[in-house]
Amino acid sequence: MKNTAVLITSKKLNTQDCYDFVQDASCGGIALFVGTVRNSTKNKAVTLLDFSAYEPMALKEMQKIADLALAKFQIHKIAIHHAVGELQIGDIPVIIAVSSAHRKAAFEACEFAIDTLKETVPIWKKEHFKDGEVWVNSHP
Amino acid sequence: MKIKLLFFGIATDLVGENSIFYELKSAASLLNLKKELMLNYPKLKNIKDFAIAVNEEYAEDDLVLKENDVVAIIPPVSGG
Repeated sequence: MKNTAVLITSKKLNTQDCYDFVQDASCGGIALFVGTVRNSTKNKAVTLLDFSAYEPMALKEMQKIADLALAKFQIHKIAIHHAVGELQIGDIPVIIAVSSAHRKAAFEACEFAIDTLKETVPIWKKEHFKDGEVWVNSHP
Repeated sequence: MKIKLLFFGIATDLVGENSIFYELKSAASLLNLKKELMLNYPKLKNIKDFAIAVNEEYAEDDLVLKENDVVAIIPPVSGG
């Protein structure tokens, strides 16, 4: 039985899919982190975000995070899904779901997974504004 | 020695390409490749910083490249 699910897709992410994957009778809880596109950055109105990925490598790095989370925390299953393409305000770029017998491990693994994803997984977002666009984190 | 270069994110916009075949002239360490790239693509200096992946794994400067390696320029990631 596979305890990890990683996905990169240009389709709309589905929280229920992630929930259903990790849900299990042996678990006392599920932690679900859902990233959503915010309407502003540094007080500037955002019109949309455009996500792109080095997909084969990004999947490998997401799998590493899932495997490491399983090794590091007392969790049962973990799902990491990320969207690519143009996302509107309120859309979901990322979902992390973790199930565990006891809640603390699920919370910790969920935070570990999103924090690590933001550091290592080769995915980039371009923020679009009314008057221009910018690659997040990339400019000197 | 011929390698394939991939550019992502801001690097794609700066270089104007997604991927190119590249003839590496100097000895085949990643550090030498980085030096060549900065000379040939000075616009890469407009990225805050970048990592390099070889064959889909992050790599350090002392890595020795082989013919047909796929070398990706990885600007600071911003997923999530």
